[in-house]
Amino acid sequence: MTGTFVGMPAFPEAARAALADTQLRHNLAHATATIRGKRAAVVGEVEDWESLRLAGAAVKDRALRDLDQQLVTLEEQLTARGATVHWARDAAEANAIVADVARAHAVEEVVKVKSMVTQEIGLNEALEAEGIAAWETDLAELIVQLGEDLPSHILVPAIHRNRAEIRDIFRRRMATAGRPAPADLTDEPAVLAAAAREHLREKFLRAKMAVSGANFAVADTGTLVVVESEGNGRMCLTLPEVLVSVVGIEKVVPTWAELDPLLRLLPRSSTGERMNPYTSTWSGVTPGDGPQEVHVVLLDNGRSRALADDVGRQALRCIRCSACLNVCPVYERTGGHAYGSVYPGPIGAILNPLLKGTGVDEQTDALPYASSLCGACFEACPVRIDIPEVLVELRSQVVDSHREDRVPKPETAAMRGAGWMFGDAARWARLGRVSGLVGRVLGRVGGRAGPGGRRTLSRLPGPAAAWTDARDLPAPPRESFRAWWRRTDGRLDEEDQGR
Amino acid sequence: MRVALMVTCVNDAMFPGTGAAVVRLLRRLGVEVDFPEAQTCCGQPMVNTGYLDEAVPAVRSFVSAFEGYDAIVTPSGSCAGSARHQHGLVARRSGDAALGMAVAEVSPRTYELSEFLVDVLGVTDVGAYFPHRVTYHPTCHSLRMLGVGDRPQRLLSAVRGLQLTELPAADQCCGFGGTFALKNTDTSVAMGADKARHVAQTGAEVLVAGDNSCLMHVGGLLSRQRSGIRVMHLAEVLAATEDER
Ligand code: SF4
Repeated sequence: MTGTFVGMPAFPEAARAALADTQLRHNLAHATATIRGKRAAVVGEVEDWESLRLAGAAVKDRALRDLDQQLVTLEEQLTARGATVHWARDAAEANAIVADVARAHAVEEVVKVKSMVTQEIGLNEALEAEGIAAWETDLAELIVQLGEDLPSHILVPAIHRNRAEIRDIFRRRMATAGRPAPADLTDEPAVLAAAAREHLREKFLRAKMAVSGANFAVADTGTLVVVESEGNGRMCLTLPEVLVSVVGIEKVVPTWAELDPLLRLLPRSSTGERMNPYTSTWSGVTPGDGPQEVHVVLLDNGRSRALADDVGRQALRCIRCSACLNVCPVYERTGGHAYGSVYPGPIGAILNPLLKGTGVDEQTDALPYASSLCGACFEACPVRIDIPEVLVELRSQVVDSHREDRVPKPETAAMRGAGWMFGDAARWARLGRVSGLVGRVLGRVGGRAGPGGRRTLSRLPGPAAAWTDARDLPAPPRESFRAWWRRTDGRLDEEDQGR
Repeated sequence: MRVALMVTCVNDAMFPGTGAAVVRLLRRLGVEVDFPEAQTCCGQPMVNTGYLDEAVPAVRSFVSAFEGYDAIVTPSGSCAGSARHQHGLVARRSGDAALGMAVAEVSPRTYELSEFLVDVLGVTDVGAYFPHRVTYHPTCHSLRMLGVGDRPQRLLSAVRGLQLTELPAADQCCGFGGTFALKNTDTSVAMGADKARHVAQTGAEVLVAGDNSCLMHVGGLLSRQRSGIRVMHLAEVLAATEDER
């Protein structure tokens, strides 16, 4: 049984706990800096990265523009090649379809290819409730699953763990899930990987059914594509008799040829490799070779809601490379769990509200604010999703969904007040005079002198305490700029400036 | 050329010296600069917190204050970015077509200080003298929203006596982020603390940037640590001359 994000506190509070965990911050800073460096190096090798980005974005946009038609084509092609296509509106429908297939074959366990979408719908938990064990076969996912933990990164779900922690998890938990860890297990990466390999091999050879997602689904050829680094996915896709693939409807790519820019953008952006080690593609059933029964579950689960959002729609271009997580200064310090979702980081901050809607729960509404809007994510995104733009749009949707609240938040009152004040320079100037008065008093008696001579304040009451708990604040000047300009027409020298 | 100073609400209320420095600097370069008193705020605090309706009055007062000028100069990458990239959005939301047209007129003529000096006036040596060891933090909105590139560093490199030292991880956000600094205080402070640590590593006496809000945040942390490192706006460094010393 894995943990669950349900009932986690909203971002500011969850982040506070994560920030206090120095081991976690160290692990994250180290891991993200390493991936950032690798990515920057291989992206720099590409002659015209920007036009590749534009090409990638254009392919996904074209697919999204007539998504309904693309999906119908995909279904026709898959069916023609012997796959069974199912449509699922939400998580419950998708989980039920997978469970039905498992029951029809009387299997008690399935092996899984690493897949974001099955995490999104809570498939493992749903199968467990039916008495079916779902085994993750990706190394990092295995660590998360055995540790009864939650994933904290799209690509490296166990990024928050270090080697020593992983050895402990393997030692404690492997035996309960199958082949135990060897007695002489060390925290050498190669030794840990070898233990996982032995443990998993047993499962691959035994399993009758596998569950996967897909990185891409090519409409015109009816082809599903999985890219991975370890080859465990390929084992799952070829060894068992039955294969069920759960695919978000936004994964469609219109033609085989259009995979080209995406397959070039993805590995460089995600693992910092020129090419990913394993790319598997399959179309339905090949008699006598690989799974002889193939099901494809096309999942909506909020995607059509996102598609209807003029600004937010671009988030469906996401190819889940995780580049935005690795460059995000907020993610680097808080880690993924604080976002309360399998989609953390900048993309999670927009995707979760787009899929679930704003104004529904506090946890989701906090996500668009979990960013300083620095723009590093947009710069890194291989399909040019303007995440800061979508964040601001979603913030406005959060605000709008609370406009009718009977008791407005203090923030709302403050923003209304500011809007009123900034609508008229005379009102704003009056506030400046009050502040100047405060500055004159403080200049005599308050604060302490900082470098450069200006007075600084270290303890303010009320909401301003959120600032001065950790930061000093310069005392207001004796005179605002506007008052100085009035008095001197901008002709006097700076010493007269009150700073 | 009719040039207006958009001082920004933060500078007006908290950092008048920055506005005065822009005025002195531009006069020294032969540019007469006006301060239209009808100006208030670019509206960014409201827009970035999601209060688009509440930003409409600020955008209205912005266009009415600055209509008719050839150039509007501001000592803030963030506010220039807001004028250029957000005012259109606010105007559309208001449904007022006349406001939309006024924004389309005014916003493309809004320049951040280093853009105005390098691109419009065509100068990189502004005749400044500042004999100190300085490090420069490129604020996110200057860097990514406006794309000012290395213009500020070029201007600083031409200042006599100034020793520019490189800031490690310079392009990482300082964590200010407007209301982010209050809504997600802990994360904001964690980011700022790393920035302050990097600044201290350079051995610089002064941290310079093109946005006083970011400097207020990092400077507040440096001051709390009693680091002795001063923060100064780019405009103040560029306005400094030998006569004053
Ligand atoms: S939003 Fe862009 S950068 Fe982030 S995971 Fe998706 S494709 Fe990658």
